Amino acid sequence: MSLMKGTNFDASTLTALQKVTLRAVVMSFLFYGLAAIEGTLMRVALVNPSIPPIHGAPEHFFSIMTVHPIIGIFGSTYQLVFAAFMFLIPYLTKKPLYSVGLANFVWLMITIGSALAWIAAFVWSYAPLYTLYWPLPADTAQFNVIGGIVFIIGIALIMIGTLGFIYNIYATIFAKVGVHANKTTKELLISGFGIDGMLNLVHKLTGKPPYSKEPALSLPVVAIFRGTIDTFLDALVILGAGILVLVYLLADASGVSWDVHAVDALLYKNFFWWGLDLVADGLVLIYVAGSWYLLATLITGQKLFMENVARAALLLELFVSWMVWSHHLLADQGQPEMMKLISGEMVTMFELLTQGLALFITLITLWKARPLKMTMELKYLLAGLLGFGLAVPAAIIQADMGMNRILHNTQWIIGAHVHVALLTGLYMTLYSVVYVLWPLLTNNTKLFSMKFANTHFYLHLIGSIGMGAFMGMAGLEGMLRRHFYMDGEYQTFMILAAIAAIMMVVAWMFFMINIIMSVGLKGLVGIFLPASDDTATFGIDPQPSVVVSQKK
Amino acid sequence: MTFETSVELLKFHNVAYTVYAMLIISVIAWFAYNLTREKKAEPIVRIPFYLYIGFLVAMGVGHHIFTYNTIPWVSEDIMRHNITPDKTFQIKIANHKFDMPEKMEIKKGEKVLFDAHSSDLVYGFGLFRQDGSMISQMQVNPGSRNDLLWTFNECGEFDVRSTEYAGPAGNAMFVKKVVIVTGCDKKGV
Repeated sequence: MSLMKGTNFDASTLTALQKVTLRAVVMSFLFYGLAAIEGTLMRVALVNPSIPPIHGAPEHFFSIMTVHPIIGIFGSTYQLVFAAFMFLIPYLTKKPLYSVGLANFVWLMITIGSALAWIAAFVWSYAPLYTLYWPLPADTAQFNVIGGIVFIIGIALIMIGTLGFIYNIYATIFAKVGVHANKTTKELLISGFGIDGMLNLVHKLTGKPPYSKEPALSLPVVAIFRGTIDTFLDALVILGAGILVLVYLLADASGVSWDVHAVDALLYKNFFWWGLDLVADGLVLIYVAGSWYLLATLITGQKLFMENVARAALLLELFVSWMVWSHHLLADQGQPEMMKLISGEMVTMFELLTQGLALFITLITLWKARPLKMTMELKYLLAGLLGFGLAVPAAIIQADMGMNRILHNTQWIIGAHVHVALLTGLYMTLYSVVYVLWPLLTNNTKLFSMKFANTHFYLHLIGSIGMGAFMGMAGLEGMLRRHFYMDGEYQTFMILAAIAAIMMVVAWMFFMINIIMSVGLKGLVGIFLPASDDTATFGIDPQPSVVVSQKK
Repeated sequence: MTFETSVELLKFHNVAYTVYAMLIISVIAWFAYNLTREKKAEPIVRIPFYLYIGFLVAMGVGHHIFTYNTIPWVSEDIMRHNITPDKTFQIKIANHKFDMPEKMEIKKGEKVLFDAHSSDLVYGFGLFRQDGSMISQMQVNPGSRNDLLWTFNECGEFDVRSTEYAGPAGNAMFVKKVVIVTGCDKKGV
C-alpha cells in the first residue's frame, strides 16, 4: 500500500466502460473541490471582505458567484450523474453501451466547457450570474465582450456534451440487442414513460389482470429515461439563451449596437426559468428518486415496495416538472396572477407529493428488509433522504405568494433549500451510488481507510446541514443572497456558516485522500490511458459497444 | 390569527420550520437505529399509505389557504388593481441608481403604491428595517409593470435596497432612511 500503487487497484484490468466512467468521476470530484473552495471563499468573504483573492472587490466576489454553480452543477454533478448512468444503463438493461467514444466526448466537452466558463470569470471578471437575467449578460458597459464570448462558448460546450449523453442513453435503451432484441420501440416507450405502471394500477383497481407483468425496463432505467427528457429540454433552453447572448456580444464586438430591449426581460425570464427549473424540479428530483429506488433494491436485495405506484409517480412528475417555473417569478409583478397561483403555487405543491412518495417508498423498502448492516452506502442513502426531507418543504414554504414577498432572493432559499438539497440530499445520494459502484468499477479495489470514509460522512453531513441552516437563519433576518455585505452585517450567522463550509472542504480532502490512496497515483494516471479491453458491458458476457459491433 | 408585519410572520415561520427540521432529523435517526437492530422494532404509529398521501396534499394545499387567511398582503397583492392607493410613489431606476423622492412620508395604515420603472437592467426594490430585516420586496423588470401595494402596520424609518443583482455596480444601490412611517402611539402600535 503506497501513494503510488494504492491498495490493490490495477488500471490495466479495466474495460473501456469502466475507464470512461472513472474518468468522468475523477473530473467530477476535482470540480467539486473547486466549487467547494469557491463557496468557502465567498462565505469567508462575508465575514472578512478583504480576504484574497476577493480583496473587498464586488467584481471578484460576483465572478466567483457566477462560476460557482457552473462548476458545481455542470462540472461536478452533471459529470458524476452522466458517468453513473452511462455505466448503469448497460448494467441494468444487460446490453452494451451504444458508444464508448461518445461517452469520452461527453466528459471532455463538459470538462473543457466548465474550464472555459471559469476562465472567463477569472480572467475577464465576466459575472452575469447563472440566472443570466436579460439584458445583463449582454451589458458590455459592465462586462468585457471577450469574457462574455468565452463564457457562452463554455456553456455551449457543456450543453453539447449533455446532448451527447442524451443520445448515448436513448441509443442504448432503444438498441434492439440482448434482452431487448424482440421488443418493439412502442413497448420500450410505454415502459420508459411509466405508462405500464399506471395501466397496471388501473387494471388492479378494475379487477383486470396486470397490463404488464414484466415491464420492458426496470424502474431505475425508467427514472433515467424520464429525467433525461428534462435534461434534453433544459439543454435546448440554455443553448437558446446562450445563442441569444452570443449574437448580441458578437454584434457589439463588430461595432454594431443592437437594442437589448428588443427582447422582453420578463418573457425571457419565463423562458429561461422554464428551462432552468427542469434541472432543479425535473431531472434532479426524478434522477434522485430513481437512484433511491435503485439503491434501496441493491442494498436490500429485495423488490421495491409499491413499484407500480413509483412508476406512475414518475409519469406524474413529467407533467409537474414542466409546469412549476412560475414559483421563481412570484416577486415579478408583471407575471399574471393566475400563473403565479396555478404554476407557482398549486402545481409546485405536487412536488411535495411526488418527492414525499419517493421518500416513503424507499424507506418502506428498507424497513421491510431489516435488520440491515449499516454500510457506507446505506449511511449515505439515509443522509440523502434526510437532505431532501429538509430541503423540499423549505422550498414549498417559499413557493407561496405571502412568504415569497419576504423571502425572495434572501439567503433562506439558497441556504435552507438549494444548498441542503444539493449538498445533503443530492451529494449524499451520489456518494451512496459511488460506494455501490466502487467495487464494480475498480474490480473490488480495497478502500484505503474506513475511518477516512466515516470522517468524510460526518463532516459533510454536519457541514452541509449546518451551512444551510445558518444561511437560512440569516435570510430570515433579511440577508440577501446576491449581495456582497462588507460592513459586518449578519456576522454571527456568517461566521457559523463559514465554519460549516470549511468543514465540507476538509470532508472533501478526506474523501480525495482516501480515493487516491486506494487507487494510487499510478492507477489514477492509468485510468486516463487508453483501454486495451473494448468491453462496453458489465455483468454479462463481454461485448464491445453497439457502434464497435456494427463496424465489425 | 393575522400577521401584521413580516417580523411576526418570520418568527412564526422560524419556530415552525425548526420544529419540523428537528422532527425529520429525529425520525431518520430513529429509523437508521432500528434498521440495523436484530430485535425488530414496532413503529410508534402505523401510518396507512393513503393517509400519508392525504396528509401531504393537505399540507401542500393547507399551507396556501393558511397564508391567504393570515397574511394581509396576499389578498391585497392579488386584488391591487381594484384598490385605490392612499399614496403613490414613482421610483425610477437607471445606471444602478434610484431616482425617487428624498423622503417618502407615510401614515401608519395607509395603502401605498410603489410604482417602479427600470430603463436598463433587472433590479429589485426592497424595503428594510434598520436592523436589516426585510419588510417587503419586488423585482423591477425593464419594460414591465412593477407595482407593489403595501400597507404599513408599523412605524419607523426604513431603507431601500436593490434586491436583485444587476452587475457588481448594483451592490451600492442602498438608500438609508428614505421611507418614514408615522402615526403609532408611544408603544409603537
